[in-house]
Amino acid sequence: MSIRVINEKCVGCKLCVKTCPFGAIEIVSKKAVIDMHKCTLCGACIESCKFDAIVLAKISPTDIKFPTKFDQYKDVWVFCEQKKGVVQSVSYELLGKGRELADTLGVDLCGVLLGENIKEEAHKVIHRGANKVYIVDSSALRNYQDEPYTKVFIQLIKEYKPEIVICGATSIGRSLMARIAIGVHAGLTADCTGLDIDKKERLLLQTRPAFGGNIMATIICPNHRPQMSTVRHKVMKEAPENKHHKGKIIEKSYGAEIYSSRTQLLDVVEEIEETVNLTEANVIVSGGRGMQSPENFKLIEDLAKSLGGAVGASRAAVDSGWKTYSHQVGQTGKTVCPKIYIACGISGQIQHLVGMQSSEIIVAINKDPHAPIFTVATYGIVGDLFEVLPELTRRFKETLKR
Amino acid sequence: MNIIVCIKQVPDTTNVRIDPETNTLVRAGVQSIVNPFDMYAIEEGIRLKEKFGGSVTVLTMGPPQAEEALREAISLGADEAVLVSDRAFAGSDTWATSYTLSKTIQKIGKFDIILCGKQAIDGDTAQVGPGIAAFLDLPQITFVKKIEDVKGPLVRAERMTEEGYDIVESPLPCVITVVKEINEPRLPSLKGKMRAKKIEIRKLEAKDLDADPDSLGLKGSPTKVVKIFTPPPRKGGQILEGEAKDICGKLVELLKGEIC
Repeated sequence: MSIRVINEKCVGCKLCVKTCPFGAIEIVSKKAVIDMHKCTLCGACIESCKFDAIVLAKISPTDIKFPTKFDQYKDVWVFCEQKKGVVQSVSYELLGKGRELADTLGVDLCGVLLGENIKEEAHKVIHRGANKVYIVDSSALRNYQDEPYTKVFIQLIKEYKPEIVICGATSIGRSLMARIAIGVHAGLTADCTGLDIDKKERLLLQTRPAFGGNIMATIICPNHRPQMSTVRHKVMKEAPENKHHKGKIIEKSYGAEIYSSRTQLLDVVEEIEETVNLTEANVIVSGGRGMQSPENFKLIEDLAKSLGGAVGASRAAVDSGWKTYSHQVGQTGKTVCPKIYIACGISGQIQHLVGMQSSEIIVAINKDPHAPIFTVATYGIVGDLFEVLPELTRRFKETLKR
Repeated sequence: MNIIVCIKQVPDTTNVRIDPETNTLVRAGVQSIVNPFDMYAIEEGIRLKEKFGGSVTVLTMGPPQAEEALREAISLGADEAVLVSDRAFAGSDTWATSYTLSKTIQKIGKFDIILCGKQAIDGDTAQVGPGIAAFLDLPQITFVKKIEDVKGPLVRAERMTEEGYDIVESPLPCVITVVKEINEPRLPSLKGKMRAKKIEIRKLEAKDLDADPDSLGLKGSPTKVVKIFTPPPRKGGQILEGEAKDICGKLVELLKGEIC
């Protein structure tokens, strides 16, 4: 891929100069000039140019010859992440999407389940639409550990040759897939929010946000198999459960070497606060500097509880020590996309917005009517949160009978 | 203890806002910073050195101006700096980046711990740390929020998870990626700043690495970008007005159908 300016079309308006996140464009004699040492081919300038004067010589899927050696690669695999023997909801979301992809390609949808005593869970995976479930049962796989999981997964890929592997972009998924992709020399696209198929070329079209969601990129992996992606939680719709759906369970076991690990897991510590798991939550209530003190977070917690939601915090609130880092939403914290995000006393710095702006509904409560958070809010309340929050909690409790 | 810290120079987004009409980044003059997560990695490297002795080498792959990022790390207390820069690296995805960095690390020599920020704020992949570990066949501990101890050839660390954290022990050498909670980075000292000005940065190019040319840059990258677009702008919605009581009533009505 390469980028260039069509001088005949460029009017030297400087829009691209302002847009370039990398400072790679200059106007020289009234024409835009791209410094290729700085350019990362992000394409932001192309969107900004009103004169179509910047072009990216793209690789179009039709330019790519599909090598025949890939014929032996088929099926769509979903890594079914389990914790304490229970398959995580993100995996059910991926089975939903995976079913679509497999149907488009006319292949099987397969689950991959690693753990100890997990056969029961394999049936659940089948009820969510899988045609096959590969299970590897070993005490060494009871909890996630990078090395045994990586080795087992690579072995399965080599043996059964999937054409697509998708996995939740969780802390486990991101560590595991990154290692596997190197091991099998495959392309891996992180944190996708959209997956589709180019049916003719059997290519997985992987769409993901970059630059905190200001740019979306569609990525393909033409010359390597499997095509691998990690997928953001809460973006895809969970596969419906059908207890009559039939599938095959394929049990595999391997020699001791494959289960060995140089790292040792000494302990798994769960932080008991029930309101912590932000990435799983349908509703998140977040507090920022406007909460004024750690004690006032009680108001946030009460509202979150009345909604069965989780508690988030802005960087300002975390840096002030009002909430622990595991609650932080934003660029240096977590990226979340719940159904409802309620931002209380958060001004809405871009670093916060990039972590939550893909939420379905955003409610902002802030006393400053000019706070940037209102530019992304579905519903805005300009007011005193110490008055609004207790009232809101009371009303939700009443309405939802919690 | 010899520590290598891998860092990346990224565009500074501190003063960036989004133009609500064009939905693009608005910025006056472009500044680059060290990726915020890498600042925690640098700090952790320096702390380990202060506790156990040894040296900290910072490494970056990037354009020539990424040298500034290395000098900043030196001003904070890193000992040596390596820049690996070549046009041949342009367009690298995480596979090719991990490959290039691992080849460079093999040139740097002996080390006990490789530290990386958990991810860079421009690409947000979190794939390069584990990628380096895979290429060098090293154990890894990702998303570390605390290094508890280093005893003999073992490091024990807390790895952040969705529910809490895991306590993981790894033999050295290994790769560790860090999150923000791990420390609070220091400010540069005057002495450090002086050193940063003078220090000679070791510069490596593609030909200096024993690397397969077909595995570098765009050519060596399995993933290809085929389309780039800006998402439809998120519009501000409705401002609810009136007395707190009425507003809350209205909001509950609007939302109750969405909560199950």
